[in-house]
Amino acid sequence: MPMPDIITIVDIVLLALLSITAVAILMMRHLFAVVALTGAFSLLSAGLLVTLDAVDVAFTEAAVGAGISTVLMLGTLALTRRRESRPPRLSPIGLLIIIITGAALIYATPDMPKFGDPNAPSHQHIIPSYIKGSQDEIGIPNIVTSILASYRSFDTLGEVAVIFTAGMGVIILLGRRREDEHGYSEDVAAYPLVDEGKLKIDGEAE
Amino acid sequence: MLEAIFNHYNYWLIIFLMMTGLYIVVSRGNLIKKIVGLNIFQTSVFLLYITIGKVNDGTAPILTGKSEIFSNPLPHVLILTAIVVGISTTALGLALVVRIRESYGTIEEEDILVSEGHQTEMELNKIQP
Repeated sequence: MPMPDIITIVDIVLLALLSITAVAILMMRHLFAVVALTGAFSLLSAGLLVTLDAVDVAFTEAAVGAGISTVLMLGTLALTRRRESRPPRLSPIGLLIIIITGAALIYATPDMPKFGDPNAPSHQHIIPSYIKGSQDEIGIPNIVTSILASYRSFDTLGEVAVIFTAGMGVIILLGRRREDEHGYSEDVAAYPLVDEGKLKIDGEAE
Repeated sequence: MLEAIFNHYNYWLIIFLMMTGLYIVVSRGNLIKKIVGLNIFQTSVFLLYITIGKVNDGTAPILTGKSEIFSNPLPHVLILTAIVVGISTTALGLALVVRIRESYGTIEEEDILVSEGHQTEMELNKIQP
């Protein structure tokens, strides 16, 4: 039996590490550790993407997944709280759902093409013409770039629309200072109990 | 035998990752934890697509002038778009969490239900002997 080559071994080890990280995220209650592990998860998946020849995707995943999304989550933690207040509980219905879904998906895997099969249907049809045309038609040696920016540039336009919508949503949710009908500004309205307590103490002092 | 395992090993572990993410979303009441679960699910879908695009003995799809075998570049493009869309939805979700914390003072799903006047499962069990 031939030994699996080094790429296969790296692939197996990285996927195993990803699984361990995912289970650790499930078990952790300290949200700071959860966010740190999420960053590690993204970095490991970026490594896996390199072994699968997707260098552009690995670059983006390392920058966006491990970088920006970790920063956003740490920012949210600073504004909320650091710990899950309830102990992790076993959810029987949830467990049932994921076991059924997982079993159905694994039952379907033998129908998938073998890993790395060059004759798989997804490599036929238009892909050879993309690879051949990248130099002659577009003039960019990186095939991923020429598909992204030229052959399928309407996808990228749609992506810009999605980012714009999400950005507007975040601004509407957090951007403006709110005042309710009593004239309380946002900071006061956010913690009404704390504030009422303070007012009472002030009143007693008078 | 070993080869049969290697042929589908990637698919199986990616399905395991997906289901772990889904379970975190379903079973954990903390809203930040839910978004982390969603992120894990999302990343495993990315890995599934890139796995489909891999060709044996292929290299990264960058032309070097030599005749080579390339991995399929189309899934890479789709997933590049998906990563950016994913970070947008994560940012919007986290903004909602901050807003919920401002209004309710908590980011636990059950506490929010209680302050909305719903009874939790635990309290119902206490009432019924």
